[in-house]
Amino acid sequence: MTITRRQALALGAGAAVLTAAGLPSLAFADDAKVQAAIDAFSGGAAPETGTVSLTAPEIAENGNTVPIGVSVESPMTEADHVTAVILLAAGNPQPGVATFHFSPMSGAAEATTRMRLAKTQDVIALAKTSTGKVYMDRKSVKVTIGGCGG
Amino acid sequence: MSTSKPRVKVPKTASKDEVIQIKTLISHTMESGQRKDSDGKPIPRKIINKFKCEFNGKTVFECDMEPAISANPYLEFSAKVPESGTFTFTWVDDDGSVYSTDAKIAVE
Repeated sequence: MTITRRQALALGAGAAVLTAAGLPSLAFADDAKVQAAIDAFSGGAAPETGTVSLTAPEIAENGNTVPIGVSVESPMTEADHVTAVILLAAGNPQPGVATFHFSPMSGAAEATTRMRLAKTQDVIALAKTSTGKVYMDRKSVKVTIGGCGG
Repeated sequence: MSTSKPRVKVPKTASKDEVIQIKTLISHTMESGQRKDSDGKPIPRKIINKFKCEFNGKTVFECDMEPAISANPYLEFSAKVPESGTFTFTWVDDDGSVYSTDAKIAVE
């Protein structure tokens, strides 16, 4: 049986759709989960860019310990301070990583920790202030060896 | 788990209202619940899910942790020092164990 060029293209396209739709949702958090986590944190407010900055390596050789830092510009007074910052990993089995709770006693809204990344993906930081503003930053991290026990 | 030994790094002195850096590290496997043992059975999740730092009884910083936090969780954050006193650090395990330590600081 000979396969025409048209048939070959159709087969290829079909296979691509199957791979894209079927495999990742089995093991990894999909966009809907990430969006649900963002909405749960922001309470429906649309996140603005800026103010919050995420520090992450561009390439992480070992996905088991990826240093990750977040800092938010804020006066940190009783009236205007950052109340919480959430870290999300869009490509991990579960998107949640950590939630930091700050108070005016924190002095500065910044924290650093180490996290696991299963594969190359985006890391998202969302910050919430006492004045009701929500800010977001996003960084892409390339991972050489995955860190979720495969 | 008696092997979860917390370590903290806090300056011994500070000037009034100075914002200082605090570093904490605790040894813990942070078993994510995603891994399987050699028989293919899932290893149950066991992580530290909560960290809290208090200064003279007032909450300074808290962190809720998920399985995506690396083994031996490390945290670095800042704190404002209005007076001499004691920082208290507590970690809460999934199994309910609480590990804690404290550090004194003097305002000059």
